[in-house]
Amino acid sequence: MKWYVTKRILMLIPVLLGVSILAFFLIHLAPGDPAITMAGEHASPQTINAIREKYGLDKPLYVQYGIWLKQALRGDMGRSIVSNDYVTKEIMARFPNTFELTIFAMILAIIIGSIAGIISASRQYSALDYTTMGFALFGVSMPVFWLGIMLMMIFGVYLRWLPIGGRISIAISFHRITGFYILDSLITGNFKAFIDIVRHLILPAFALGTIPMATIARVTRSSMLEILRQDFIRTERAKGLSERVVIYKHAARNALIPVITVIGLNFGVLLAGAILTETVFSWPGIGRYVVKAVGMRDYPAVQGCIMFFAFTFVIVNLVTDVLYVYIDPRIKI
Amino acid sequence: MKIKRETKSHELVRRLKYNKSALFGLAIVSIIVLCALFANYIAPNNPNPAPPELANTLKPGFWSEKGLEGAPLGTDGLGRCILSRIIYGARISLSAGFVAVGIAMLLGITFGVMAGYYGGWVDSLIMRIVDIMFAFPALLLAIVIVAVIGTGLEKAMVAIGIVYTPQMARIIRSSVLSIKQMEFIEVQTAIGSSDFRIIFRHIIPNSIAPVIVYGTLMLATAILDCAALGFLGLGAQPPTPEWGAMLSKSYSYIMSGAWWAATFPGVAILFSVLGLNLLGDGLRDILDPRLKI
Repeated sequence: MKWYVTKRILMLIPVLLGVSILAFFLIHLAPGDPAITMAGEHASPQTINAIREKYGLDKPLYVQYGIWLKQALRGDMGRSIVSNDYVTKEIMARFPNTFELTIFAMILAIIIGSIAGIISASRQYSALDYTTMGFALFGVSMPVFWLGIMLMMIFGVYLRWLPIGGRISIAISFHRITGFYILDSLITGNFKAFIDIVRHLILPAFALGTIPMATIARVTRSSMLEILRQDFIRTERAKGLSERVVIYKHAARNALIPVITVIGLNFGVLLAGAILTETVFSWPGIGRYVVKAVGMRDYPAVQGCIMFFAFTFVIVNLVTDVLYVYIDPRIKI
Repeated sequence: MKIKRETKSHELVRRLKYNKSALFGLAIVSIIVLCALFANYIAPNNPNPAPPELANTLKPGFWSEKGLEGAPLGTDGLGRCILSRIIYGARISLSAGFVAVGIAMLLGITFGVMAGYYGGWVDSLIMRIVDIMFAFPALLLAIVIVAVIGTGLEKAMVAIGIVYTPQMARIIRSSVLSIKQMEFIEVQTAIGSSDFRIIFRHIIPNSIAPVIVYGTLMLATAILDCAALGFLGLGAQPPTPEWGAMLSKSYSYIMSGAWWAATFPGVAILFSVLGLNLLGDGLRDILDPRLKI
């Protein structure tokens, strides 16, 4: 096990190195001279040359990559062209927002998805099964941004039950400590802010969680159906265990193992979805930041975001694979 | 006695007939294809009237008495008929999906066959690049590519095509690897067929089934991603009647109570993706029964 984890971590290094090469060179393929962008259109050639020298833009590309990588390893991804602030700082300021959103979406997806799948499988071919699977089918085909707009329209604009965007109401005073809003409101015991924050979180989390929820429901159902056909389930039924114990205690436990892989795979869907959901709900996260940065051609910021997303994605995949081996003892490494 | 031989395509049709959800998917896809082909005849109005008919801005559809005649799904912020725009949008979304998947297939087959057939360092190199590209969520990579090559519908198609290439390459590679082991390929090598002949006459035709299955499923996600890029303002640009781009102003529409302008283009995306998913799942059950998920 230890060896397996070490091997997997070592295998990450070339992938991440490749990611950094891709991120670096892709951006440098982009049209436009960054020195001119930084200096402004009407700058004198002297100024442009000075900037070129200052940022090492006059050196060959591979040298520039080396310098960039060295700095990136120290956590310095350069400065944003738009705000002139450190990209790492900008990303870290937004990270808690994206983190809370994706985690909430995932929790919703896992809870609702797996329960729906288990119920569906235990009543195969019933009306309930068909309805749930019908919903799941729509769920996997749903454009995330459109679902967000619809939720916002129904629950925000027409029914006025929930706020339509942002993280917290302006009127609420709130003391930030860690940047994680929910955590902070709990630490400071600010119950009013906590409720407000959760209310802001519900719609985006639902919009973002729907696709993984639907996928999890479908996978849980089919894996559950397979387990329910096995001998040990027949034995349990034969010895007179109640259906509830058979399904929830014995079958569900085994059926949820493949779901872990699906959760890991869906994390990419979730990160991509976060880009869209954050745009719809004006959520101040990294997804919205990257879209803005692309629009402004703020290449250092785009670079930083790519590295961040790829890094997160790769780490999550590693964790899922390791968890999978850990939970299912039948898998031999 | 005459023995009736059933070709692969006959078998496909026969088995599709018994797969209700795949048939349903096929029906949806056919409707959308028909809309795309005959948009000029079906659409009640011009999708981009010039100059814009601003007097007709955000009028409701058939459900309301205030609605405009001839615009059954209402009008958008520039007084354009939403139904007509959706019908023309089918043309754009479908062709965008086809082009993107076409690019992915072309590149994916090339690299996948090279990796699978030649093996060795070619395989290692291609697969490492694939691994690196898999480290990005698909939409993010597409956004980054668009950031580099520029925005617009054509560029969005290319970006999505590139993003889907590694997936296709992996599928082809594994399919080629299993075919390469078979005896008839060994026979071909023994009788001295060239690599070129073996690849184009034997390997590719035999590994095409998963390409069709995943191509169909990929078409669904390609349409979705293309709409997402349009929504973010990085894909199709206004006034192109692309479904995603049609939604990018929906925030102001719902604020002014025009729910129809924010709803119907999304319904169109939802149903085309649903149709393609159902059809793709059905094809997978028939063509590739091992790959059930």
